[in-house]
Amino acid sequence: MRVMAQMGMVMNLDKCIGCHTCSVTCKQAWTNRTGVEYVWFNNVETRPGQGYPRTYENQERWKGGWEVGRNGRLRLRTGSRLKRLLTIFSNPIQPSINDYYEPWTYDYETLTNAPLQEHTPVAQPYSQLSGKPMKVEWSANWDDNLGGAPELTQDDPVLQKISGQVKEKYEQTYMFYLPRICEHCINPSCAASCPSGAIYKREEDGIVLVDQDRCRGWRMCVTGCPYKKVYFNHRTGKAEKCTFCFPRVEVGIPTVCSETCVGRLRYIGIVLYDEERVLEAASTPDPQDLYEAQRSIILDPDDPQVIRAAEQARIPRDWIEAAQRSPIHALINRYEVALPLHPEYRTMPMVWYIPPLSPVVDALTETGHDGEDAGNIFGAIESLRIPVEYLAELFTAGDTDRVTGVLRKLGAMRSYMRDLNLGRPADESIAAAVGMTGQDIEDMHRLLAIAKYDERYVIPTAHAEQGPEMEELDVGCSLDYDGGPGMGGWGPFGETSGGVTPIAVENFHMLAGRQTTDMLAAPASKEQRVNLLNWDGKGSPTGLFPPRPDESPGLHGPDGGGVGEGSPAVTDPKP
Amino acid sequence: MSVPEVLLWVVLPYVSLAIFIGGHIWRYRYDKFGWTTRSSQLYERRLQRWGSPLFHFGILFVLVGHVIGLGIPESWTEAVGITEEMYHVAAIGIGAIAGFGTLVGMAILIYRRRTVGPVFSATTRNDKFMYLVLALTILLGLSNTVLGVLGHEGADYRDTVSPWFRSIFYFQPQPELMTAAGLGFQLHALSALVLFAIWPFTRLVHAFSAPIGYFTRPYIVYRSRNRQLGNRATPRGWDRVGGPRR
Repeated sequence: MRVMAQMGMVMNLDKCIGCHTCSVTCKQAWTNRTGVEYVWFNNVETRPGQGYPRTYENQERWKGGWEVGRNGRLRLRTGSRLKRLLTIFSNPIQPSINDYYEPWTYDYETLTNAPLQEHTPVAQPYSQLSGKPMKVEWSANWDDNLGGAPELTQDDPVLQKISGQVKEKYEQTYMFYLPRICEHCINPSCAASCPSGAIYKREEDGIVLVDQDRCRGWRMCVTGCPYKKVYFNHRTGKAEKCTFCFPRVEVGIPTVCSETCVGRLRYIGIVLYDEERVLEAASTPDPQDLYEAQRSIILDPDDPQVIRAAEQARIPRDWIEAAQRSPIHALINRYEVALPLHPEYRTMPMVWYIPPLSPVVDALTETGHDGEDAGNIFGAIESLRIPVEYLAELFTAGDTDRVTGVLRKLGAMRSYMRDLNLGRPADESIAAAVGMTGQDIEDMHRLLAIAKYDERYVIPTAHAEQGPEMEELDVGCSLDYDGGPGMGGWGPFGETSGGVTPIAVENFHMLAGRQTTDMLAAPASKEQRVNLLNWDGKGSPTGLFPPRPDESPGLHGPDGGGVGEGSPAVTDPKP
Repeated sequence: MSVPEVLLWVVLPYVSLAIFIGGHIWRYRYDKFGWTTRSSQLYERRLQRWGSPLFHFGILFVLVGHVIGLGIPESWTEAVGITEEMYHVAAIGIGAIAGFGTLVGMAILIYRRRTVGPVFSATTRNDKFMYLVLALTILLGLSNTVLGVLGHEGADYRDTVSPWFRSIFYFQPQPELMTAAGLGFQLHALSALVLFAIWPFTRLVHAFSAPIGYFTRPYIVYRSRNRQLGNRATPRGWDRVGGPRR
């Protein structure tokens, strides 16, 4: 047994209202730069729907993930190592920008400087890639809330696996949201595809990262990832992906997407797993057994043998304790209500989902029945085969019994807890019907419904005695290198070339730059203009107000105010 | 040995070589982040799908041809029974095919770079200059091959260019050999020397990150976060914070 710790997440889909707050805050934190305009480390898809990028789940086409070969051994769907290297000059199955969307901005300036005319001036969309006017035809979230259904929805690869008759009925009744981040797989196929070996899994917490200094832009990871969660930064020529907000997680605070989730539906914790059995579990012949196989490599952190093995593997004591209190371990292996997304890709994903029950209850209530009565709800789950089949394609490779089992547990929890809330005696038979005890149900209810902050997020910190190495300050003085960070600007080989810029300094310059940027795509030296979307509300940046008649426009200095208290613009009286 | 002779065929090669080697070391230390293919496949695929493999496989064959032609002395090939006739027919035949593949590929890629909006936007001045030198070198080289096919070849490059090239590396340069070579070879060599000198400062550096190690490494790479930023041993829990490190 070789014990490793893995950071993971569980999302309770019942609570997702599709507000996209996670996506937006993630974008602000990680991908609000040029080159990654189209990149969404976190996105929220409406299901049924095509997903992002379009139809990414169709692995016949996109060749992501692993498959079991005829000899029973695991291999990448894209073929052998040699085959990947031979296609390195032009990857035949890489999604193009049109499978994502062409990022755009608007020519807002027209609104302010258009001449007097009969009609209101319109800000035209401009491509952020070519800087040319463009027609907006697709985006990251074009089919949100079933927009464009049924024409767009019928291309959903998951829906296509279900028979046509089911499809029609299904569309009349059902829709739910699926927030997605990188799965931080235990058996990551992106890492296996990377010719340079730049994608690695961290030994301590299993977070999958791209080493930006070793990535050479061969793009194989984009194809290799079946979830299409590795993106190509077209400006720097490097792969980028969700980092599980490792700088936050290392100090014990949840990821940005979790922290800002208004539905509080995300759970973060660690699990211990047996690294030696990963390959065997991922090679399980029947895809429907993969869920069980993955659950079986996740170890019981209360088992003394596991604890001893974990200590031998130098897992710190507080990490073992965190594993024992881990909400995701409880949801995956104790209550067994969380399911992996597409286990059939054989990557052993570690972002799991509690399938949504609400539409079942709602549908039942609409028919005039008591939607939360145990007898009714169990019957309804059985009879509403349609969403269950869809959910099964997502979470269990088509095994509907597993999904039904989970939904029954969630239904039982509602019925059982309603009795308690209404002051009726607890009905143990409801709990027994789903193989749980009343205490189990109350514990699960506490975790799912009360969902206290410190119970949702049990994140052990990276170790203090290991700490100094992780801080950028310890690498030396952060200002201490050629050109210095205070210089800003670009190295001689384009944007972001040169040495490492500390994140804080980079953010400072980016913010200052963005507040005064005048660029749609290509650099052009026009008069500086304020981008109000990026204005943090402090100070008044240059160009926010027209210059006063007695003052020349260039007086405020080259990079604008608004980001430092010493800036002359801060005290500028507003006209 | 005249002064221009020495300047062109002794000084320039060594300067170019020094910049080539030193430049790569410097670039790798200073700019690992900028060391990438800067692929534009995301923007456009149809043209790239033909142009890029044609160019890259073509230039790899051309490279092999140059290694054989410049690196292996005529006496060696004759020793194993390859006559000059045989050698030249093979070299010029394969060279012409590989060269034209490279040329067609490059033409497609340059056409694509100019006409596809996003790709053109992503093209830097550095790239444009590099394309110019690279295209010039390839065209000059290919024209030498074509002249050879047509029988207009001046001197045999295996008696002039190749010994000169090798003489550079054992530090007894023989510039007079290059003077004896035809103008075509001289121009090709000159533009190649310029290309080598700018190589480390362009996107061409990606040629040196050919992922050979992929064949031997395990599929999943595990790395400790400690090793990533520091090169010290991880201190034990009982070590004093800020104390002497082992």
